[in-house]
Amino acid sequence: MSTRYFGQPVKRNEDARLLTGSALFVDDVELSGMLHAAFLRSPHAHAKIISIDVEAAKARPGVIAIYTAEDLGDYWQHGPLLVPPPPVPGIVFNLRTQVPLAKGVTRHVGEPVVLVIAESRYIAEDAVGDIYIDWEALPVAAELEAAARPDAPRVYPDIPGNVAAHAHQKRGDYGRAAKDAHVTIKRRFTYDHGCSQPMETRGVVAQWDNKADKLTIWDTTQAPVAIRNGMAAMLGLSERQVRVIAPFIGGGFGPKIMMFYPEEVLIPWVAIQLNTPVKWIEDRAEHFFATTHERGQIHDAEMAIDKEGKIIGIKDVFLHDTGAYDPYGLTVPINSQCTLLGPYVVPHYDSMFTAVFTNKTLVTPYRGAGRQHGVFVMERLLDIAAREIGITPAEIRRRNFIAPDAFPYNHGIIYQDFTELTYDSGNYEPILDQVLATIGYEKFLAEEQPRLRAEGKCVGIAVVCYVEGTGIGPYEGAKVQVQASGKVSVVTGIGTQGQGHFTSFAQIVADACGVDVTNVEVITGDTDAFYWGAGTFASRGAVVAGNAIGQAAGLVRQKILATAAEHFECAETDLIIENGKVSLNGVPGHSITLGELAGMANPMRGAVAPGTEPGLEATSYFGPPMGATASGAHAMIVEVDPETMMVEIKRYAVAHDCGVVINPLIVEGQVQGGVAQGIGNAFFEDLVYNDEGQLLNASLADYLLPSSMDVPRMEMTHTVTPSPLNPLGIKGVGEAGAIPVGPLFAQALEDALQLPKRGVELLDIPLSPSKLWELARNA
Amino acid sequence: MSSSDFEHEVKLSLTVNGRRYTRTVEPRMLLADFLRHELGLTGTHVGCEHGVCGACTVQFDGEPARSCLTFAVQAQGHAISTVESLAGGPGKLSVLQEAFRECHGLQCGYCTPGILMTMQAYLAQHPDPTEAEVREALSGNLCRCTGYQHIVDAVLLAAKNLRAGAAA
Repeated sequence: MSTRYFGQPVKRNEDARLLTGSALFVDDVELSGMLHAAFLRSPHAHAKIISIDVEAAKARPGVIAIYTAEDLGDYWQHGPLLVPPPPVPGIVFNLRTQVPLAKGVTRHVGEPVVLVIAESRYIAEDAVGDIYIDWEALPVAAELEAAARPDAPRVYPDIPGNVAAHAHQKRGDYGRAAKDAHVTIKRRFTYDHGCSQPMETRGVVAQWDNKADKLTIWDTTQAPVAIRNGMAAMLGLSERQVRVIAPFIGGGFGPKIMMFYPEEVLIPWVAIQLNTPVKWIEDRAEHFFATTHERGQIHDAEMAIDKEGKIIGIKDVFLHDTGAYDPYGLTVPINSQCTLLGPYVVPHYDSMFTAVFTNKTLVTPYRGAGRQHGVFVMERLLDIAAREIGITPAEIRRRNFIAPDAFPYNHGIIYQDFTELTYDSGNYEPILDQVLATIGYEKFLAEEQPRLRAEGKCVGIAVVCYVEGTGIGPYEGAKVQVQASGKVSVVTGIGTQGQGHFTSFAQIVADACGVDVTNVEVITGDTDAFYWGAGTFASRGAVVAGNAIGQAAGLVRQKILATAAEHFECAETDLIIENGKVSLNGVPGHSITLGELAGMANPMRGAVAPGTEPGLEATSYFGPPMGATASGAHAMIVEVDPETMMVEIKRYAVAHDCGVVINPLIVEGQVQGGVAQGIGNAFFEDLVYNDEGQLLNASLADYLLPSSMDVPRMEMTHTVTPSPLNPLGIKGVGEAGAIPVGPLFAQALEDALQLPKRGVELLDIPLSPSKLWELARNA
Repeated sequence: MSSSDFEHEVKLSLTVNGRRYTRTVEPRMLLADFLRHELGLTGTHVGCEHGVCGACTVQFDGEPARSCLTFAVQAQGHAISTVESLAGGPGKLSVLQEAFRECHGLQCGYCTPGILMTMQAYLAQHPDPTEAEVREALSGNLCRCTGYQHIVDAVLLAAKNLRAGAAA
């Protein structure tokens, strides 16, 4: 098989549609007679619903139907548990899942209470304003640490201390080992990861076809197959009666996973009840309250090191804010617990967390999915340890790396995919060397920084490292088929939200089947096109679906060769597949197109040999035994204005290793976009809640996403350590860029402002100019 | 104001992508909704509905404008251009669109139409911008996927190609 496209910066197949405005997004679906939905949402973080008066709303012209929880009958049920907790010994998990419409009580601002269906969204929103609800406000569990106290207001009356979960994982014996420490460092860290804010909000359109007995749902979901299965079960339909289409999706980043959001569950049901298509599109204000966040953790962490700066062990006790419901299980805190260990040898680890219910929006994975929190704790502990020992941040990382010959490396604790946390492969020191060379680390410290400081400039440098568990199971599948047109189609069950699947998947197929990459048509996100799959999350699309596609394309190649060999009455080894044709090697003029072969493989008359399968088509499934671990290092030089505390990023370097790369252009884009979100998380984005559980900055004017003025040009290098866990050797890259930016900012800003000398350490993310100013003023 | 004031529909005549339309609309209908749902021009995307993100940017008499902050009736007698007008025909891409494809200047593509409408107008008035100038011109359009670097590259490439085309 040639590698004409694999590994090349191929331009994207999907771009023309997106650039001309012809790509279909959910809100672009227009259906005859379609009705529109709007929700009345709780203005309170915690309140009793005494009564609801919808009479005025019902009387408004253009209003078709109004539903409260009571109107849903048997359809009112708690949502499913989406991800069961991993099998950690002694784990406590209190499951509380969300409901379609609040009944009797609301537990966070924005929780849906009443659904209005009207002829237009304008009228539906007018009618929401007509509804009167008599509320009785209840005490609120808002701030994480306060919510965890035994006497805190309870989100659920039967759960004191709001304990959603508790898990303790250990390796070795930290208490005993720490007695031999040269230094023990103990700090409290807080890390808040904000929310994902894709440019497209969520949306659902549903249409019940009475004649075909079939429901079609257009949904902004990352996991159409899971939504199809779940909706069929809830609605009492067979799976074949439900088609979920996730068309072009305007960014996902985690919260568009199969959440079975109230709106997602209700709109299809209403479409069946009314036998009329119904659309609901989330507005940006709703998005801030009703789409899941990731938010915060508080870590009390301790690191014991020897006199060389080698880690003896780490003890970490942390609180995790899970919001008002916990349907997504423990993915986020388990990721924090596991990813904290990073690319380092940690002989003794003792980590315990408590997930806490609060009267706030649900917490589920957002790009990084808890990895940021753990990486921040580890990287900051290392920075402080380096200061104690008197070595550079770069040097202490180098001394603690897992050696390249130690893989597979088992950390001895349980990961989010239920397997022992084991790194498949890695080689960390070259990555660190690369990023230090790119940024000019030694020269900056020895020459440039002293010179610039002498000029009165506040300049700082930082370097951090991380690993990213990617490409977890269970499985994905794909069907590859040669069309009579000569084009090759590939269908897979995952959804796509901008990752370039129409191109990277096409590259794999184009090489195997010998066609131009633009002649491979990739179909994703339509459950009628492909039945099976789990979804797009955990940086797994390219790894898991990509390998399934590679396998299926390999099988189709065999069928192409077998059919052509029969046609030419020759050996398969005499055949060449290229440019959409199969040619007889060394015999000019003897060639046949793939389309012609596809026709031959599908005879309309006569007899076929027993066991013959029609067409040039194959379906294959791939499931890795565990996730593939990618890694990287970021370095940054900043200048801080000591008057305004505005930060200018002078240089930003990334070195990363995501195994074998399918398309370097797409990989660079993924990393750059990840870093941009990391910068937002580190320095711009902050969900500000008051003690009443009210989000005070729920607009893009107040919750600041980084702009083109804030994200610098990145200098990027790659190393390739193939994964042994899949035939293509690839690892995921979707989340990598976003993960280490918080500790990078903290280290760089401490250095720029020489804060440790003034007794100040940056132990909290997000930072901001005003927070820096406060800290520096109090120094 | 009673609801009947909102529902009192008025006649609207305007030009969109060179074609004249006459429709009857509620005065409160947003231009973005009018373009998308009345005319079926769904290439214009709505991101925030409060004028921050720039996804809904169209050209209003040639100038970039937020269609989510504009009522359709304000376009009475004016000329609106949307992303659907840029390519100049099926199967074609404009120089700017082609540069976005060349540089991988889009990922999910949701913000892209607004960015194209902003930068197309910008390049018409600033044919030879620096990177810093492009970044400033782009700063009213949010993109959550790309980190902007490839968008900036695409705009600079388009500027270069447009200059070469003009010189030829």
